Amino acid sequence: MLALFTQPIDAARMIAVPKIDWLAIGPPVVLFTAALAIVLLASLLRGRSLQHDLDDWVVLCAFAGPIEFWLGRFSAIRYNHDVFSIIVMLAGIGSVAFAMGVSIVRKHTFAASLVIALAGVISAVAITVAQWNVVRTSGSFTSMAGAVAVDGMAVFVMGVVLVATVFGLLLGTSWIRREQLEGPEFLALLLLCATGMLVMASANDLIVVFVALEVFSIALYVMTAFDRHRIESQEAGLKYFLLGAFSSAIFLYGVALTYGATGSTNLVTIRESLTGLVGGDNGLLMVGFALMLVGLGFKVAAAPFHMWTPDVYQGAPTPVTAFMAGATKVAAFGALLRIFVGSFDLLQTDWRPAVYGLAIVSMIVGSVAAIVQTDVKRMLAYSSIAHAGYVLIGVQVATESNGGLGGTSAALFYLGIYMLMAVGAFAVIQVVGRARETDSSLDDYKGLARKEPVLAGLLTLFLLAQAGVPLTAGFVAKLTVFKAAVDAGQFQIALIGMLSATVAAFVYLRIVLSMYSGDEHGSATPVEGNRLTVDLPVRITISLTAALVLLFGVVPGWLLDVAEHATSILAG
Amino acid sequence: MDALDVLDLIWLVPTLPAIGAVVLLLFGKRIGEPKSGYLATSLMALSFLGSVAAFFALGSLGSEERHHVYNWFTWISSIGKNSDFTVSFGFLADPLSITMILFVTGISTLIHLYAIGYMARDPRFSRFFAYLNLFAASMLVLVLGSSFLMTFMGWEGVGLCSYLLISFWFERNSAAVAGKKAFVTNRVGDFGFMIAMFLIFSKLGSLDYATALPAAPGLSQGTITAIALLLFVGAMGKSAQFPLHIWLPDAMEGPTPVSALIHAATMVTAGVFLVSRAHVFFDLGGSANDVVAWIGAITALGAATIAIRQNDIKRVLAYSTLSQLGYMFLAVGVGSYSAALFHMVTHAFFKALLFLGAGSVIHGMHHEQDMRRMGGLKRAMPITAGTFIIGWLAIAGVPPFAGFWSKDEILAKAWFSDVAGGKALWAIGLVAALLTAFYMSRQVWLVFFGNARYDSEGDHAVNPHESPMTMVLPLVVLSGLSIVGGFLSLPFTSPNLEFLVRWLEPSLEGASHIEASSFGLGFALSVGAIVIGITGIAIGRRVYSGGLAEDGTDPVETRLAGFGKVLENAYYIDAGIAKAVSGPLTGAANFLTDTVDRRLIDGAVNGTGRAFKELGGGLRRVQTGRVRSYALGIMLGAVALLGWFATRVDF
Amino acid sequence: MTPLLGAVKITTEYYLAVGALMFTIGAVGLLIRRNTLIMFMCVELMLNAVNLTFVAFAKRLNDAHGQAIVFFTLVVAAAEVAVGLAIIVAIFRRRQGVTADDVDLLKG
Repeated sequence: MLALFTQPIDAARMIAVPKIDWLAIGPPVVLFTAALAIVLLASLLRGRSLQHDLDDWVVLCAFAGPIEFWLGRFSAIRYNHDVFSIIVMLAGIGSVAFAMGVSIVRKHTFAASLVIALAGVISAVAITVAQWNVVRTSGSFTSMAGAVAVDGMAVFVMGVVLVATVFGLLLGTSWIRREQLEGPEFLALLLLCATGMLVMASANDLIVVFVALEVFSIALYVMTAFDRHRIESQEAGLKYFLLGAFSSAIFLYGVALTYGATGSTNLVTIRESLTGLVGGDNGLLMVGFALMLVGLGFKVAAAPFHMWTPDVYQGAPTPVTAFMAGATKVAAFGALLRIFVGSFDLLQTDWRPAVYGLAIVSMIVGSVAAIVQTDVKRMLAYSSIAHAGYVLIGVQVATESNGGLGGTSAALFYLGIYMLMAVGAFAVIQVVGRARETDSSLDDYKGLARKEPVLAGLLTLFLLAQAGVPLTAGFVAKLTVFKAAVDAGQFQIALIGMLSATVAAFVYLRIVLSMYSGDEHGSATPVEGNRLTVDLPVRITISLTAALVLLFGVVPGWLLDVAEHATSILAG
Repeated sequence: MDALDVLDLIWLVPTLPAIGAVVLLLFGKRIGEPKSGYLATSLMALSFLGSVAAFFALGSLGSEERHHVYNWFTWISSIGKNSDFTVSFGFLADPLSITMILFVTGISTLIHLYAIGYMARDPRFSRFFAYLNLFAASMLVLVLGSSFLMTFMGWEGVGLCSYLLISFWFERNSAAVAGKKAFVTNRVGDFGFMIAMFLIFSKLGSLDYATALPAAPGLSQGTITAIALLLFVGAMGKSAQFPLHIWLPDAMEGPTPVSALIHAATMVTAGVFLVSRAHVFFDLGGSANDVVAWIGAITALGAATIAIRQNDIKRVLAYSTLSQLGYMFLAVGVGSYSAALFHMVTHAFFKALLFLGAGSVIHGMHHEQDMRRMGGLKRAMPITAGTFIIGWLAIAGVPPFAGFWSKDEILAKAWFSDVAGGKALWAIGLVAALLTAFYMSRQVWLVFFGNARYDSEGDHAVNPHESPMTMVLPLVVLSGLSIVGGFLSLPFTSPNLEFLVRWLEPSLEGASHIEASSFGLGFALSVGAIVIGITGIAIGRRVYSGGLAEDGTDPVETRLAGFGKVLENAYYIDAGIAKAVSGPLTGAANFLTDTVDRRLIDGAVNGTGRAFKELGGGLRRVQTGRVRSYALGIMLGAVALLGWFATRVDF
Repeated sequence: MTPLLGAVKITTEYYLAVGALMFTIGAVGLLIRRNTLIMFMCVELMLNAVNLTFVAFAKRLNDAHGQAIVFFTLVVAAAEVAVGLAIIVAIFRRRQGVTADDVDLLKG
């Protein structure tokens, strides 16, 4: 993309118009278009519209329609456009069009926006599936003058981000309806944010990384501060914004110094130039490393750059927290892996100990600080810091010649699983929080098991998974990471990881025990009335995540296999 | 269907109770009481039948072939490109695991049945059975697992069920606290187990028993000892060995069937199972064995001492369980795994019986647990009293009841083993046996004989009554087993009548054989053990046959009231021993309960907790809520990173 | 390089040093100022310091990429201003003040 503007000055050639590779940049383009469409639609329909009317069947059509269409499309390709596939495709289009049409006719702006958003995200998922097949069969490729890379890791990260976006849309829908806020804007912001993350996943140029980082961060700042009824939300937005801008500036300075040291911002070019640089004058590069690590460490919520995390996770609207935990982490880790493991693997002796240190500090700080918390959202925020630490273990062993690929795939696998566990847990927290999200302290969870046995049971599942109890996906995730470390001969860090997991287990147990103990008055009688409302979007989210957490706990083979094939990083 | 086809169905054994757990968790309320209890019990019974079938199938094979692995599916396929590390969701059927599932399912079935009566009219009746079924399923996975990882999975599962069931009556604060304590203590043990697994995996490249265990002798001595000790730390947590024993007495907060099933018969023996399963590490582990034996001996003696001073009917049994588990580890430590497993089985019979009997008493006494407010119950509850007495004779080591044979075997193996200090271990075991007979006699007399010390009139009148059929039936069955259980293996008749030893042989291959140097000496030791047991009973009878004094003071406490009278008495020797025993013992018991237990070990556990809380509190104070302090945090982090990278600059 | 100011020869190192200095001033300013708006301006200062650094490197490397990057940074900074001011104004409406230290409901 850069080359479009910057042909060498001395050779004043004609600017060649690059061929746009739609397959490569398909997912972000689709999402971005959907976001624009929502904004347009909202501005057209605004005025007489009944914003929050949304029937369950519209949600179902919007959710199932695109899936149907793309399943039909894939089977049509495979089976030579047989009648059945075509019918499935048409049914998918039909249900989307029907939901859309009815919503527009009734001037249900929000419903119509949701239809567009889900259609966009699910189509983007379909494109990533197509990309995955291309990468698997004919290898990685770059596009847009080398600024965008489509390789296994990019597609994996995009897939995780998109799934998190689907869940974010569903949770957001339920939340918007409950809080009576501006719906279409929220959905558009979520899509924009996801667009940034997708670009980040396949960014093959440090500047593209930076722009993508800013695109999704700016959308996230707004989403964090979106709940105008709650002052905590705005406070979280302000804090996230100031610190985020600060860390982005630091990251950008790191990019500048790296550019100065290597003469390029393109990650492949940088890697090629390193061979001459090893052992040479590397002062600028080392400072650049430190600053880039600060910026990315901030985004993945690694200690000691974690201090914003508890405040922002607690203050942000819960669907945003869920999305942040699930998607931001994976996108930022994607960039971290691509830059350090992909481009700078030759200099691993320089940066690995630093990442090693970050991993240890994150694991300890995350699990220890969580012990003394009394707010459930805050507890999970701290635990997300510990989870970042576990992923960092995978990152830092990724360049180990012995078992290196194990590190990358372990990190990616962990991120995918963490997304499911976090989204599921926060979905339950969103429901329990009630209107204005007043109920998130540990005391509010007392007696939940009696009032809402199913919800409590599912939250228990998600928490046990986060604690790493066998037969849940969380166990397999921890196992892969620790195994990667042990394979590389790093017993100490695996030990610290296990110790931290042991401490963290106590945190999750506190929440579980709280749910299964008496309520504030210590009474054992069920409290009747004011039941929690679990509407269809939330129901879809919780049941899907729970099913996947169990499924990948019992038969993780498929996802492990995918993660293993996602280790191809183009630059490396 | 030939034998192997039958063994391929072994997955049904844990699956049946697992199905029960899922069904009851989902639809328990709709199924309701008592149907959910019957459902859970019948699934357990089916599982037991499956175990019996597996037993006969395995028995029909030649002793060389008694090792069958059934891989249900591949759980975790290879991780990382350069390794072929896979974990199968597999079950291993061999004599050891079949023995375990036989008694686990058998006793589970009985206790499930019993709980139908005991838990009647509890608001969360079906939830209780869901947990019980879940526990049974996890326990079966633990013992049937074909790899350390499978065992670990079951290990975590039984732990989870244990916490859930201890704090089942969470309305009582003490129950919630006890659950938490069990969790924390067990995490210490689990941590040891986890590290041991990682060591095994990193050194041997596999966690499957079939591949890892035979390869173990190739490791260096240090590694083997380390693995053995770490595995033992895991076993100590689960089996409540000193100093990780503190959670078990508190675990009595759970409903009595839970105490009987989990905290006496099955789960707490998981440690003994683990050590037996991985015995190759202990055989070669050098000094690790001594540690195991001595920890076992300390626990056996210490817990028996403490039991003397307990007044809660269940806590006496809890300390007694600790003590008996200590015996098992003593046996393991001297290298006699079969003796440990033998005692595990007989102990499961009589201790489950005693706990269920205690539960029956508690049930009949309207949830009174203090023995000082019981007495003379044998008239009101004849069947409970009769079966309890059988259990008492069994644990006290009176032939021909089950406990005698297994305890005698352990003591004899300690005597004849060539482990350093074997004779000292034997002596400690003998003293503990004396104390066991004494405190159990005390319990029997305080509960079933002597004066009735409960209010039988007035507003809070207690009318003791015999328990319903579902509770009595398991008592009768278990008392039958407690009588004949000893014939599973008759000691020093090698090998003709040592059925269990011969049966277990293929699983314990390579473990040392301890033989009596002479039959006469072995016989003399047995007689000595009998004398000791009867002496303990006699002292107990002497001291407690009159029940408690009016003011409820314990005769042991006042160092035997009417000491002078005893001197003239024919029971001079008994009483003399009783006096000698009572004084220092009271002190020792107090010391152990108050100082060691409460201050030292509880203190250490709480201290660790507090240290983490302090640390967390410190982190909390740093988290001021102000943006600028967070920015400062980022800056300091950046400076630290810059500092590191500055050292990497080539100047 | 063109000699300027007599004997002093201004090389790119000078620009880099100025850039580093500006960056540090921005970072320290963010840490010590309490007014949210000024803190935000400090971030902008940091971004501009980076811009200067990029241009200086572009000149030294004789590579136009570095100069083009500045435009990306400027656009991003503009977007950040729009969003940041909106959030600050929203807070201001509720609190009648923009002192960063007062915003500490969420902590611990």
